[in-house]
Amino acid sequence: MPDFQIKKTPKDYDVCIVGSGAGGGMAAYVLANAGVKVVLLEAGPLYDPAKNVTQLKWPWESPRRGASTPYRHFGDFDAAYGGWELEGEPYTRKNGTQFDWFRSRMVGGRTNHWGRISLRFGPNDFKRKSIDGLGDDWPIGYEDVSPYYDKIDQLIGIFGSKEGIYNEPDGIFLPPPKPRLHELYIQQAGKQLNIPVIPSRLSILTKPINKDRGACFYCAQCNRGCTVYGDFSSSSVLVKPALNTGNVDVIPNAMAREVITNAEGIATGVSFVNKDDKQEYTVNAKVVVLAASACESARLLLNSKSSHSPNGLANSSGVVGKYLHDSTGTDMGGILPHLVGRKRYNEDGVGGMHVYSPWWLDNKKLEFPRGYHIEYYGGMGMPGYGFGFGMQGTNSQYAGRDGQKRGGGYGAALKDDYRYFYGATFGMSGRGEAIAREDNYCEIDPTVVDKFGIPVLRFHYQWSDYEIKQAKHMKETFAEIIDTMGGVVTWGKSTAEENYGLAAPGRIIHEVGTTRMGNDPKKSVVNKNNQAHDCKNLFVVDGGPFVSQADKNPTWTILALSMRASEYIIDELKKQNI
Amino acid sequence: MLFVRYQKAKPSNKQQLKTKKDMDRRKYLKTLAVGSLGATTLLNQSCETPKDKPTVPTFTIDRTPAELVREEKLLSETFFDDHEMKTIRILVDIIIPKDDVSGSASDAKVPEFIEFIVKDMPRHQTPLRGGLKWLDVQCMKRFNADFASCTDAQQIEVIDEIAFPQKAKPEMQQGVAFFNLLRDLTACGFFTSEIGINDLGYQGNRPNQWDGVPQEVLDQYGLKYDERTLTESVKFDS
Repeated sequence: MPDFQIKKTPKDYDVCIVGSGAGGGMAAYVLANAGVKVVLLEAGPLYDPAKNVTQLKWPWESPRRGASTPYRHFGDFDAAYGGWELEGEPYTRKNGTQFDWFRSRMVGGRTNHWGRISLRFGPNDFKRKSIDGLGDDWPIGYEDVSPYYDKIDQLIGIFGSKEGIYNEPDGIFLPPPKPRLHELYIQQAGKQLNIPVIPSRLSILTKPINKDRGACFYCAQCNRGCTVYGDFSSSSVLVKPALNTGNVDVIPNAMAREVITNAEGIATGVSFVNKDDKQEYTVNAKVVVLAASACESARLLLNSKSSHSPNGLANSSGVVGKYLHDSTGTDMGGILPHLVGRKRYNEDGVGGMHVYSPWWLDNKKLEFPRGYHIEYYGGMGMPGYGFGFGMQGTNSQYAGRDGQKRGGGYGAALKDDYRYFYGATFGMSGRGEAIAREDNYCEIDPTVVDKFGIPVLRFHYQWSDYEIKQAKHMKETFAEIIDTMGGVVTWGKSTAEENYGLAAPGRIIHEVGTTRMGNDPKKSVVNKNNQAHDCKNLFVVDGGPFVSQADKNPTWTILALSMRASEYIIDELKKQNI
Repeated sequence: MLFVRYQKAKPSNKQQLKTKKDMDRRKYLKTLAVGSLGATTLLNQSCETPKDKPTVPTFTIDRTPAELVREEKLLSETFFDDHEMKTIRILVDIIIPKDDVSGSASDAKVPEFIEFIVKDMPRHQTPLRGGLKWLDVQCMKRFNADFASCTDAQQIEVIDEIAFPQKAKPEMQQGVAFFNLLRDLTACGFFTSEIGINDLGYQGNRPNQWDGVPQEVLDQYGLKYDERTLTESVKFDS
């Protein structure tokens, strides 16, 4: 017998899903509850926030006090395994351009640590080309997705407030938490500047919605995963109940290699390497659903070459990997001098902001075509690695309790400065829409493979003048808000040479667009039901099918489209069309 | 001999049960680590008394197998020598001394934190090691003694020249950069310790019901919630 052989998993399934994040988790949930037999391949280990606990731990329980590590780039307490670089799994970049790719290999993927900012796309967000002539319109509109947003609001739970803003559709909301002190100052400033500052919309349970999940207990640590499942992560809210149906087998540590097709170009299953025993496997299914993340799914398609699909599966258009786009991002922060020496009380709220600013201006009157929203943070949070860094920059500008501007220093007076300035700092981040462009893409690097022998992605991505001008506007707005609050900017000032602090592509971790949907098979990869034009039993339900990323976070729309596609799959299976 | 030990949360019965399993897993990982470190490490270890072996803490936070291997490796290494640690101990207590509110940086085990963090983040190694040497050379030139052997007054004389970036002379800028880094790590190590968190008065990291800014704080700043916020926000029964 040869050393190397490909083993076949014994069971045949109706559907094989690759990836267990927002898109894959939702597909597994909907399909399993309809009685469909599902196998769920996940490239990382099992994860359950009730068992893999970092919540309510103290900084000294980490020897590095929660600092970033090669295994957890967002810090020692963060729920996301992985980061911008994974050992033995490289990616490359082309022509000196930059794209940073965040990967979290674990059941639930990046939903385990995300900000829970759960914004619906508005009617305009599906029809941007009709408004400004750039990019493309989606083949569907808000009215197609809205019923699914409604279902998701109720299934998963989200708090917010009814505001009646046309392009920021209201959902079915639980009550929001009250703003904290710094947020009241932000609201005041917003009122003076005509910038809306409204309750945030986060998928966190301010009220219980079922007996399986507890309500939020305000520890401000959603990024650590919640032991009572009080927030949304795919692992606890979708995959876990899907498993309870008995219709789903999860195969963890299964790194997908290729989608297998027959002579007619129909998908018959997926081949994968099992990271535990290092053996090669194939699993057969009537339908294959890709939800490995926008770039990973594109990679999988491009690596699935056959005589029928020499450019990669579902890629007769050549569009797979193209139109990659991430949200734009810039940040700025400051100090509120009137909050120094604050009275102490427990200010931990939900995990994240209690208020935010949706996009409020008309781009027709601006130098850039798309909008952004603003996220806010501050207050008396739990200290972690980095606490107190750069005190010489603060106590050189502001006097301590003793009236002295120390400008660095040491001793009892310095020690008191840390207490005195604690809780008086705050910051804000803009998250905006970039234009999807054909020449921002990922492709297969012709010479590099990862440790599994799988050819890796090579990225080509550049910001255009539109995104840079938008970043400039963000910074000007932030400075204005901080000034109006009576605060002073202490970090985040940047120049034109620095592109106004515009984050490198990929850094906001909202990358979408690599398998975009459309009615024209020559210009798109999937149709309006997330079904590949070239392969009727292949679907993509992650961020790949997005035609344009709005000035919103993508997760709620990934969930809605995955639910919609899954219902379509059930229907097509019943009709025996696939 | 230095070893990293940090404070642990009191384990519940359930956690204690888990600890046994973790111990077995750690023993297994240790075997792996020894195998990869090779014979030199084994020889060195054989000269040490059991007391000198680095203690491996029980992790109370989620650790993947790969993370445990890395923690083991970091904890088995020593970076600073005895003289360097002695100097660090003096310096961190100059930066954060005991006062009416709380203990000193060394009471909060900041030197042990710094020893760990330079192994965890090698980029800090040269700036700190070089900075300590820079400080000793300054003191040798002035007082014919290394920093740790100087009198308190001599130590403060040098510190005063590097602790205030805007006032420091150009020829002291390397010392300023070193002291800025050490101030950062000392403050961070202190205020993320149990002593430091209590000093700071942080009240959270426990189950809570956030029902808005306390009334007396709103009054202090002349703020109030508008009617809509009070009507629509989440309310609590108790």
